[in-house]
Amino acid sequence: MKLTDLTLKELWHRKSQLISGLLAITLGIGVIVGIRTISVVSEKAVAVNLDNLGANILVLPQAASVDNYYSADIDAPTFPESYVEKIVTSTLPGVDNMSPKLTRRVKIGNENVVLTGILPKSEIASKPIWQKGGLLGNHVNASCSPSPGTQPAKYLDEKLQRKGIDTLAESDCFIGSAVAQKLNVKENGTLTIENKTFKVVKVLPETGTVDDDRVFANLHTVQALLGTGEQISAIEIMGCCAAISDGLLGKLRNILPDTRITTIGQIVSTQIETNRLMNKISLVFLIIIIFVGSISIGNYIWANVNERRKEIGILRMIGYHKRHIYFILILKAILMGLVGGIAGFIVGTFAAIWLAPQFAGIQVSPIYTLLLISIAISIVISVVGSIIPAYMAGKIEPFSNMQED
Amino acid sequence: MIIQINKLTKTYQRHDGAINAVDNLSFEIPKGSFVTITGASGSGKTTLLLMLGGLLRSTSGKMLYNGNEINLHNEEELAKFRSNHVGFVMQSFALVPYLTAVENIMIALNVKNSDKAKNRKRAMELLEWVGLDDRTTHYPKELSAGQQQRVAIARSLANNPDLLLADEPTGNLDPALSEEILTLLSEINKNHNTTIVMVTHSPMAAEYGNVKIQLQNGKIISHN
Repeated sequence: MKLTDLTLKELWHRKSQLISGLLAITLGIGVIVGIRTISVVSEKAVAVNLDNLGANILVLPQAASVDNYYSADIDAPTFPESYVEKIVTSTLPGVDNMSPKLTRRVKIGNENVVLTGILPKSEIASKPIWQKGGLLGNHVNASCSPSPGTQPAKYLDEKLQRKGIDTLAESDCFIGSAVAQKLNVKENGTLTIENKTFKVVKVLPETGTVDDDRVFANLHTVQALLGTGEQISAIEIMGCCAAISDGLLGKLRNILPDTRITTIGQIVSTQIETNRLMNKISLVFLIIIIFVGSISIGNYIWANVNERRKEIGILRMIGYHKRHIYFILILKAILMGLVGGIAGFIVGTFAAIWLAPQFAGIQVSPIYTLLLISIAISIVISVVGSIIPAYMAGKIEPFSNMQED
Repeated sequence: MIIQINKLTKTYQRHDGAINAVDNLSFEIPKGSFVTITGASGSGKTTLLLMLGGLLRSTSGKMLYNGNEINLHNEEELAKFRSNHVGFVMQSFALVPYLTAVENIMIALNVKNSDKAKNRKRAMELLEWVGLDDRTTHYPKELSAGQQQRVAIARSLANNPDLLLADEPTGNLDPALSEEILTLLSEINKNHNTTIVMVTHSPMAAEYGNVKIQLQNGKIISHN
């Protein structure tokens, strides 16, 4: 009969109390696990949706401003197209997708339009080293995941997957809806720009952005047409939100010191703020549950100590030291924390799996790293809550067993 | 002498002033004796027994065990003294309710030796000695009062104490069972040369002692 056996026997002897004590800690941990599981998946879903809004990092020539880029002035500065390769070969984590562009304002008839040279996937695919950098516009797999090692979120809606332009022949172009309207051009029609005739392969749907006023053609055709050589106006980068927070911009600046690198603030800040808010909510719940949980477990252990005054007196009478009494009670708290942590993880995970699709429309998978965190938090809550009752139990006199009820 | 006490006093502070439950007592207990302490309620006999067993710290005075002074103010030393030298038998049996008879004895053995198998063997021997070898896996509530007291006596002998302190050990038993328990204590005293100090109300029980002390208001009024 060792102290461990004694503790286990006592726990089993007072099963109903044990269940009520465990229930408190299980529910507390379950709430934390449930919220955390849902928030991690939500963050990923938000990241995915925000990614679909478009690029969030712009690489511009040192002398250019964002306004220059959008106004596409004739004398707007440029930089070499080879900069794209510099980024690709650096294999920076967090660069999901890149799109080099050359933009110039041109006249078609009496209308001012913005001619934008872009690279289609087929050209990117012809350069294997570029593929490594994700330039093929692969599906975004929620690379902004806040917890490495967790399962990536998937797009539930196929329409949300980012579309890349697969091919864009030398004489083909896409045109924005506003341009199509102004120039009265339809799909499969033609368009003459700077004495070169392009076939309009697609009229893009209205987006409400500057893209509605653009004509998109093959980058290398536009470079030749405008006589810029292998120069581009900008590189649009789809940067992972978490990587941006971790200093992606600084790393890009190191690679391309003579450029101006900026974020599209609203998108990035929305993404970062959403993640921060979710983390804060989880933290607030964690603090509340640690506080309430500790008090709850402390109350349970305190009641248990009072019920066991005679028994503790007996142990003291037959020679057990205070440290043995502390050991028995803290071991009990650790065991409760262990069981409560595991049970809380199971309850919280199942609740999240069941509730998240119904209320948030997202699919949730168990996050197994939360199991260890749950056990650790649960044990800390139990032990912290038990310190004062255990200390008071050590003060019980060895003759307490002689006192009548 | 196994115990020598010198000017031992225990004072309780109450709202109406201080009261000496044990008042400046000095006496000796010979090794191997069977001492009975009697007295009316409130005479201080249980308080004295608690101090002899190191369960209660004295207010002043000295106690020597086998010639060595016991620090009556050091909790850790008192705990060691109890586990090494003293066995206790209480009126209420003082058994842990969720442990079986054999486990109740093993918890006393575990203080000094953590060898589970060895402790179980020793506990079984003790239960056999008190005639309960067929009740080893019974819980206290499954045993009669007499059987519970036998388990308590077996536990008190677990660590081969030199001194066995009994507080009203027959207080909850009928006369026949009382005699059985007192006979068992006498056997322990004679066969193991264990010194027994027993507090009792019962004149019949007091007759089992070969040293008799009577207390009144914390003082000895007779000692023979």
